[in-house]
Amino acid sequence: MLLVVEQFLNGLQFGLLLFLLAAGLTLVFGIMDLVNLAHGSLYMMGAYFAATFAAWTGSFLLGALLALGATLILGIVLEMSALRHLYGRDHLDHVLATFGLILFFNEAVRLIWGPAGLALPLPPWLTVPVPILPGIHYPAYRLAIIVVALLVALLLYLGVMRTRIGMLIRAGASNREMIGALGINIKLLYTLVFGLGAALAGLAGLMQAPILTVQIGMGENILILAFVIIVIGGIGSIRGAFLAAIFVGMIDTLGRAFLPNLLRQVLSGAAASTAAPALSSMLIYLLMAIVLVVRPEGLFPANRR
Amino acid sequence: MKTFSVSKAVTALMLAGLVLLPLYSYLSGNIFILTLFTRIVILALAAASLNLIMGFGGMMSFGHAAYLGIGGYAVGMLAQEGVGSGFIQFPVALAASAIYALVIGALSLRTRGVYFIMITLAFAQMAYYVASGLARYGGDDGLTVYKRSDFSGLINLSNRTQFYYLCLACLFGVIFLIWRIVNSRFGLVVQGLRSNEQRMQAIGFPAKRYQLVCFVISGTMCGLAGALLANNTDFVSPAVMYWTRSGDLMVMVILGGMGTLFGPVMGAVVYLLLEEFLSQITEYWALIMGPLLLLIVLFGRGGIMGLLGRVGRG
Repeated sequence: MLLVVEQFLNGLQFGLLLFLLAAGLTLVFGIMDLVNLAHGSLYMMGAYFAATFAAWTGSFLLGALLALGATLILGIVLEMSALRHLYGRDHLDHVLATFGLILFFNEAVRLIWGPAGLALPLPPWLTVPVPILPGIHYPAYRLAIIVVALLVALLLYLGVMRTRIGMLIRAGASNREMIGALGINIKLLYTLVFGLGAALAGLAGLMQAPILTVQIGMGENILILAFVIIVIGGIGSIRGAFLAAIFVGMIDTLGRAFLPNLLRQVLSGAAASTAAPALSSMLIYLLMAIVLVVRPEGLFPANRR
Repeated sequence: MKTFSVSKAVTALMLAGLVLLPLYSYLSGNIFILTLFTRIVILALAAASLNLIMGFGGMMSFGHAAYLGIGGYAVGMLAQEGVGSGFIQFPVALAASAIYALVIGALSLRTRGVYFIMITLAFAQMAYYVASGLARYGGDDGLTVYKRSDFSGLINLSNRTQFYYLCLACLFGVIFLIWRIVNSRFGLVVQGLRSNEQRMQAIGFPAKRYQLVCFVISGTMCGLAGALLANNTDFVSPAVMYWTRSGDLMVMVILGGMGTLFGPVMGAVVYLLLEEFLSQITEYWALIMGPLLLLIVLFGRGGIMGLLGRVGRG
């Protein structure tokens, strides 16, 4: 029982984290029609910035805030210097150019921070276990991730659906020429959206940093997961990304936790313990393949004409 | 009528260079260059196979490295189980790649555009995790191939020069095959599907069936590259299937010129030589390579072949 609740919350936490990453990706894809493989690099940069700033300032929260600002600025610079020129080009060009950016960022990190990973220690007040149900404790930090991510999701929803900027973003997604013709500075809007996506990726990175080590290439595995999510959810749909992220987070976490035991019921012990990790890593790709075969446009296609 | 063009001249020069390379290696005593170029030729073969579906068929596969792994593991696993004969290993590698391509293609071709890119990527990642889970065959650490494929005296793969020429012959054979395919009725249909699928279907061509056959041919060719690669490195690991490897192959194709016969070969030669060259100058070669790719995408439309074509026109 304890294990089930704990793994369930872990799945939720991982899913929400993935949502932060997928939201930026799907915004950029839905609005600028840009496939950004370098999104994972922004996630990595968020984690490195946080580890560095936290060490400088001696405060986890201050470090996190500075890192958030730094990834926002990095995203804006990246958009203005390079990615802006890719809008309207073939998707293949996007894949290639941002693949180049991944190489660049990984190498730059190796040059600046060295090949060894960094650690981002948590302040003591975030390490205490919190009682959530009678007799069940859960780490405060993971709980904090869930709260922060839900808050961000809510803000994102309100921002996109209830504010003027959000309205412009949605308008830009459905018809970019038209809102340009109406006198909206579409370039600025795009830069803003990209910066926002970068900040979300940075937030995901810096929140994940204390749980895993901060290392080169940390963005790549999770980037593929984020892509799986936006493909399952339907490209360009934030709602789809949210639901798919929770779904994928749950399946991945629960699969890793319970699949070995399930397999042991069917297979012999040795075979099960070797097959289980591979199988649980495959689960989400299997899920994506099934979704795409049944509904080639994803579960919640965004702009259906 | 123009009989001379810069791109043709450069291609001929490159091919002549590839053929004569072992001679240079022998005369200069530089063995390393032969090893390097064996790898280049094998990856050029893989890039050429990717070009068949990407350049001519318009199918943007982001999971092509999976076949490198499948071909390689077929050789490695059979060698581990005591089947050393290349006459068994190579057909098995090709057949395994073909079957994988058939299944993946049948599922993936239901989607298009970015979804196709992503689903092929997802399947390749699945293959990667399957290989990582093969505890009997090394799992994550990979599998050492202690003995190269044995062709019972016909050709000795442990001899560098013989092996190089085998790889080069495979490359030329595959390119010849692609040339024949592209100019056949079948190839014209596939290229027609790239331009306008709806129209082709309206004329009465079963679009998916043609694309699937093309997809399987390409995958099988890449499986051959995988089998050669495992022999070249005496080693195969899940890392050959990792998605960045698929990215490398795509880069080679686009760098050289998508949809041209010799573009991918050119792309592979330039990309891998550049990688080698930059990594000798600085440990941080990717710091230069990354932005270079970005610049190539931004300014170098049509890749090297396109560039040479423009130079030729003056």
